[in-house]
Amino acid sequence: MRTDTLARAFTALALLVLPVAAHAEEGGSFPAAGNDIRNHASLQRGARNFMNYCSGCHSAQYVRYNRVAKDLGIPEAELKANLMFTSEKSFETIRIAMRPEDAKKWFGTTPPDLSLMARARGSDYIYAFLRSFYADPAKPTGVNNTVLAGTAMPHVLADLQGVQRAVFRTEPGEGGVAKTEFDRFELAQPGTLSPEKYDDFVRDTVNFLQYIGEPVEAQRRDLGVWVTLFLLVFTAFAYLLYKEYWRDVH
Amino acid sequence: MGTESVGKTQGAGLWGWITERFPIDEMLREHVTEYWTPKNFNFWYIFGVISGFVLVVQLVTGMFLTMNYKPSAAEAFASVEYIMRDVEWGWLIRYLHSTGASAFFIVVYLHMFRALLYGSYRAPRELVWIFGMVIYLALMAEAFMGYLLPWGNMSYWGAQVIVSLFGTFPLIGDALVEWIRGDFYISDITLNRFFALHVAVLPIVLVFLAVAHILALHKVGSLNPDGVEIWDETDARGIPKDGIAFHPYFTVKDLFYLAMFLLLFCGIVFFAPTFNGLFLEAPNFEPANAMNTPPHISPVWYFTPFYAMLRAVPSFLGTQVWGVLVMFAAIVLLFFLPWLDRSPVKSIRYKGPITKVALGLFAVTFVVLGVCGMKPAVGIYPLLARIFTLLYFAFFLLMPWYSRIDSVKPVPKRVTYHAH
Repeated sequence: MRTDTLARAFTALALLVLPVAAHAEEGGSFPAAGNDIRNHASLQRGARNFMNYCSGCHSAQYVRYNRVAKDLGIPEAELKANLMFTSEKSFETIRIAMRPEDAKKWFGTTPPDLSLMARARGSDYIYAFLRSFYADPAKPTGVNNTVLAGTAMPHVLADLQGVQRAVFRTEPGEGGVAKTEFDRFELAQPGTLSPEKYDDFVRDTVNFLQYIGEPVEAQRRDLGVWVTLFLLVFTAFAYLLYKEYWRDVH
Repeated sequence: MGTESVGKTQGAGLWGWITERFPIDEMLREHVTEYWTPKNFNFWYIFGVISGFVLVVQLVTGMFLTMNYKPSAAEAFASVEYIMRDVEWGWLIRYLHSTGASAFFIVVYLHMFRALLYGSYRAPRELVWIFGMVIYLALMAEAFMGYLLPWGNMSYWGAQVIVSLFGTFPLIGDALVEWIRGDFYISDITLNRFFALHVAVLPIVLVFLAVAHILALHKVGSLNPDGVEIWDETDARGIPKDGIAFHPYFTVKDLFYLAMFLLLFCGIVFFAPTFNGLFLEAPNFEPANAMNTPPHISPVWYFTPFYAMLRAVPSFLGTQVWGVLVMFAAIVLLFFLPWLDRSPVKSIRYKGPITKVALGLFAVTFVVLGVCGMKPAVGIYPLLARIFTLLYFAFFLLMPWYSRIDSVKPVPKRVTYHAH
């Protein structure tokens, strides 16, 4: 039937349009972080980075130390020696000593919990954010960020990255009013890591944040392959059964 | 009658013992093995069974979620993460439930569109349609209340926006909103009552309505893509010539399509559970925060066509109630469909070009409104929303006229069917 085909086409169209529309809505898109949650070495480095550079101020209150150790293949002794800096038990979650009231006083805002940051903002966003600090003497922290302008977060990785300067250019805007657009970063003072190594460092950290956002992600995808294979076989048999019965219908 | 009927039963053993005391045999015959179903059902007729299947998925997964979820503003968000991380298979149960919510609306919308295509709502099936519409309303309430439960920031602000709509009613508005929330803002109290409604009241209502929907359908019999009444042509035994038993013919057919549906459904559950931020929205991975409004609040996709209509209507006489009324009217109109359609034929196959264009345009309208409702009301979208809101209403309000004057093709006596 032509009308049936037409109607089916509309359905297909609707199902196609919706995700595209949702994607377009997400607004600012960032270059891919290029991280891989199946790369355990990267995740282990990310865990190290997180514990050393992030967990001073940011908790990950839904993440248990021993779950991380188990998922990333870190022996318990190593976990306790290298990743647990306070006197927690290994089954506890990653919490911080800083009280929210104090944080508010010191930074003007409470550093957010990072358990779900990669899910709320996206891995690409965090990757871009951690690479976009630049010197801004007008700010109390001495830095600003092109991804999150006016961020209260100091550049805790400045030792590694060095100091970036942001270069802006002026462009003709609407109604002849020139507007300032961000052009590029210039490394004013090198850090202990080369720019490539710094990107790798951030990538590993982002990888860890994506992992803690959904620890089950890799397992979910693996299981999904088996579920799909089973359903394909099941569908094939269901189809044969259907055709067999319907041979009687004239 | 007791002893007589005992003597008549054929079954022995436990089954016989049961059938003497409970009409399971009669029920199975009436609704399954001797429910005569038109043999020419096409692809569009699978979504009723699939809706029923999704309802069961939601009831079962919901029951397991309830075992670990904490309906309190202090604990709700953390308890969902507890389910995702610490409960054995909790992540799977939660994704099945969250994907199930969107899947429910997808199959229900396709099921309703089937009714539009083939005139499934026409006499004598008005009550089947009306029960279905009440199910749709209950489903919207169920989904709306369920969306607050994870206590994410979009849960919070979504509920804030939708509940505030009731505040636009003159005089009673403020009191009404306070009554719904049970508080002066969306709070722990609101969460608790939404939980009660979501897990106890509305599921029971939905199950009863689903039973009523099916009983009403089985009383009048299923229509089919030709819109031909199969009971008009019966054989010597009094069985419709074009009817075949629901079981085994449609159980095996539906089993196949259910497997196809599961392939898509599980594909989303295992490979894209957030579905690009459509089924699980990114701001909802941050806990509810009354001080921090998400940059762009929009309801979940299945409400967006109606949300677009709400926003499309400008406020005048100092109130925004008109948009709310238009939104409700868009749903209420659907109830009257059986009486708006005056065509002498039921199925789109035998209707004329005006109806075909109108229905095609309506499908486009619904999708465009859905997209408009997701977007911030800037640029082209407010204009699009207004145009398509008018088209949405025109489809229904002009139907009594265009369905009557439209040309029709002759309807065959029997259904058209090509053997496999």
